[in-house]
Amino acid sequence: MTLRFLSGGLTGGRLVMLALLLASAILVPLLNLALPESHPLHVPTYAVTLMGKYLTYALLALALDLVWGYCGILSLGHAAFFALGGYAMGMYLMRQIGSRGVYGDPVLPDFMVFLNWDELPWYWYGFDAFSFAMLVALVAPAILAFVFGWFAFRSRVTGVYLSIITQAMTYALLLAFFRNDMGFGGNNGLTDFKDILGFDIQSDATRAGLFAASALALAAGLVLAVAITASKLGKVLIAVRDAESRTRFLGYRVEHYKLFVWTVSAMMAGLAGALYVPQVGIINPGEFAPANSIEAVIWVAVGGRGTLVGPIIGAVLVNFAKSWFTAALPEFWLFALGGLFVFVTLFLPTGIVGLARTATQRLRRMRKSEPDARNTGGSVTTEPRGQAAE
Amino acid sequence: MLTRTRRRSSALGALAVFLVLAVATVTFAGTAAAQSDDAALRTQLNALAAGDFDDTQRQINAIAEAGDPRAAPALEALADGDLYFRRADNAVFITRKDGSDYALRDPLTLEDAGTAGRREVKKIRVNNRLRRVIRTALGTLTLRAPDPAARIEAADAIFKAQDVDSIEPLEAALAAETNTDVARHMREARAAAVLASDLPTPDKLEAIATVAARGDRDARSLLTGISNGPDTALHEAANAAIAKVERVQGLWDTARNIWFGLSLGSVLLLAAIGLAITFGVMGVINMAHGEMVMLGAYTTFVVQSLFRTAAPEYFDYSLIVALPAAFLVAGLVGIAIERGIIRFLHDRPLETLLATWGVSLILQQTVRTIFGPTNREVGNPSFMSGAMEIGQLTITYNRLWIVVFALVVFTALLVAMKATRFGLYVRAVTQNRRMSASMGIRTPLVDALTFGLGSGIAGIAGVALSQIDNVSPNLGQSYIIDSFMVVVFGGVGNLWGTLLGAFTLGIANKFLEPVAGAVLAKILVLVFIILFIQKRPRGLFALKGRAVDA
Repeated sequence: MTLRFLSGGLTGGRLVMLALLLASAILVPLLNLALPESHPLHVPTYAVTLMGKYLTYALLALALDLVWGYCGILSLGHAAFFALGGYAMGMYLMRQIGSRGVYGDPVLPDFMVFLNWDELPWYWYGFDAFSFAMLVALVAPAILAFVFGWFAFRSRVTGVYLSIITQAMTYALLLAFFRNDMGFGGNNGLTDFKDILGFDIQSDATRAGLFAASALALAAGLVLAVAITASKLGKVLIAVRDAESRTRFLGYRVEHYKLFVWTVSAMMAGLAGALYVPQVGIINPGEFAPANSIEAVIWVAVGGRGTLVGPIIGAVLVNFAKSWFTAALPEFWLFALGGLFVFVTLFLPTGIVGLARTATQRLRRMRKSEPDARNTGGSVTTEPRGQAAE
Repeated sequence: MLTRTRRRSSALGALAVFLVLAVATVTFAGTAAAQSDDAALRTQLNALAAGDFDDTQRQINAIAEAGDPRAAPALEALADGDLYFRRADNAVFITRKDGSDYALRDPLTLEDAGTAGRREVKKIRVNNRLRRVIRTALGTLTLRAPDPAARIEAADAIFKAQDVDSIEPLEAALAAETNTDVARHMREARAAAVLASDLPTPDKLEAIATVAARGDRDARSLLTGISNGPDTALHEAANAAIAKVERVQGLWDTARNIWFGLSLGSVLLLAAIGLAITFGVMGVINMAHGEMVMLGAYTTFVVQSLFRTAAPEYFDYSLIVALPAAFLVAGLVGIAIERGIIRFLHDRPLETLLATWGVSLILQQTVRTIFGPTNREVGNPSFMSGAMEIGQLTITYNRLWIVVFALVVFTALLVAMKATRFGLYVRAVTQNRRMSASMGIRTPLVDALTFGLGSGIAGIAGVALSQIDNVSPNLGQSYIIDSFMVVVFGGVGNLWGTLLGAFTLGIANKFLEPVAGAVLAKILVLVFIILFIQKRPRGLFALKGRAVDA
């Protein structure tokens, strides 16, 4: 079964992307660790960490594409799932500090000592185990997404309304996590991590390992997304995206399909967050900011929504540009980002990947005779056709 | 009018009393009678310098008996050890140390009287006993002050201090008092003093009733002190009185929450109403709406700067100029956005969300580049500063004006929608775009004008918000999510829905705040809306009919 999905969906660009990810998961750590620093092919550690961060962003973008590109749910709150995963990882890393904190308390993280707490709150139990933390990083976003989606999809909240309440959801979480008595470090969040699974979090080898993990997670995410979208279920999702009412009238339980893909997407975002935190070394409530979610949407739009490969390209490109801009021309970054939002929505509705597809199709059409070209647009049907379902 | 008094914090209050006294001094200086008074008072003050502590005390009491409020600053200075006399002529001055010398001020007119060397002047010595005497004397003096507000201030000070020595001066002042409001405060002050004294129980019972009638927080803490005392009769009376005070306070708390809620609601209404119109007509959410509010606020700043440089005497009128200016600026930017971006995305509302978000980033950064990232100072015109008091409820004028303003804008918009041809078109397009187009309505024009109108209203909302909030490039961001919530809650394309939504959310927020804290209250409201939207996916007042069956 799975193989059939893959052979159906893993075509062309996706296969290349998968190979690229797997190769970089091996090559980049190798070039970083095995080669001396003077070697021209040596990849410096900061670059490894930076790229690792981009890859976690790419995984978030992929998760968004799954719901937006294939199911027409524009989430302006995916950063909430990302941050929840991040907090789960952060809690594990906090517990790993042990007595090396500033206050030297063997159990309580520094901020709890600072707040005069006597014991660990119950929801911090178990986070000293890596496996439990990873489970929570997946399950916590999944539960939030399931509950939220169960309410929202069942009462047929769609379109702009849904986008706005996803934004409200992440905004509410932002406010909640800012509170000190929530027990998640309040304003400062969780930071000062020492080691992960016994390895020093600052060391080159750990950083390379985290990069490899991010690349592999992204590759796995891509395979999963391909499997979902190429399946029969994926076809129904596309139908929901393009004509929700009609799909419902055909007898499909639209809300079940939506809820499934929404929850899967949230788990992917949670995993991305969990991989993000050890690489940047901090998680704070700022990650819940609605602006972050919207920024993630533009990565998808730039790369091309409904393409799976596009969001990965988009996330890496936009964030690379961001790193460059904020270092070189900090005042212009918001102009550039704002302009990008406008430009992409107006002139590049199918993103970079869509542009490439149109270009190759034109090339083919030029080679073949005109009438034949009309019948060869097989892949066009998977492209989103806008939101106007009626 | 009687219940309307200026409220001041205590430090400012003391200052104001002195200002009033100073002004009074200057005004009275003209007449011959006043001049002779002046001379008598000056002699009394100068006499303070002579003799020992007992002589000084007698002299203070004499001044208090004469009851001229203009003596207050000198006594105040005496208590603080700032009253000196000149060795040469025994004249008394209020002094301030200025380097090694002393800056002198006339004790009556408070005008500068030059400086004096360290050896030329001598301090009039005081001890704690004298300070107590002075305090009582001051209380007596200010109880006779010409300004009723100052008299109330003095009475309230006695109330808080429960100064037993003030009972007699209070009774004397009460006998002479003609202002019923001031008299009430004095009776309360006397009651408070009686409760602290060793007068018999019946007097105290009467005093408890007087204090309880006051019904505020001070009365409550005072009564709580009594209820712990040894006298059982007083106990019961005090406890009953506390219960009564708490009932009264509960009512005032509710009133306060409603007022704050109305105030917040009117702000939300102003911010959201433009959004509601554009969302209703075009089905798109303008993420740059908050930035229109910000543009309005910055327009106010620019207009006020122009006024400050060109015509500072007309500064009070700056807001009246700023309103149309902000409407035009934000409206034109809005039309530009509609013509330049949104009309190309008509069948893609979700993409409009993204594009307008991009616009909002650009606008924010533009303003940040031009005006800098820090807050800009926007002044309140005189009619918007200050406050009035209704019972225990303090209402600041800027909040009051914003509530009024929001309702005026709402009414104007309602009239525009119901009574003008443009409003008819807008309603038609809201209900059924294609049908309207078939009937000959130029829907693109309606779109552009509606967007301009919605943005313009956001602009004038910015003028109002500049009066109560910091004007910074992030101003819009802080309102945008709340505005969305109002629109989503109230329903699309229905002004009444927006009104109800704004005030419901505002009041709900303010009622939750004391119970749950500000942040948690906000979270609860957000969660409530998320749940509410499940029940009514199209808001409180959903449009009925096929047009919304999307």
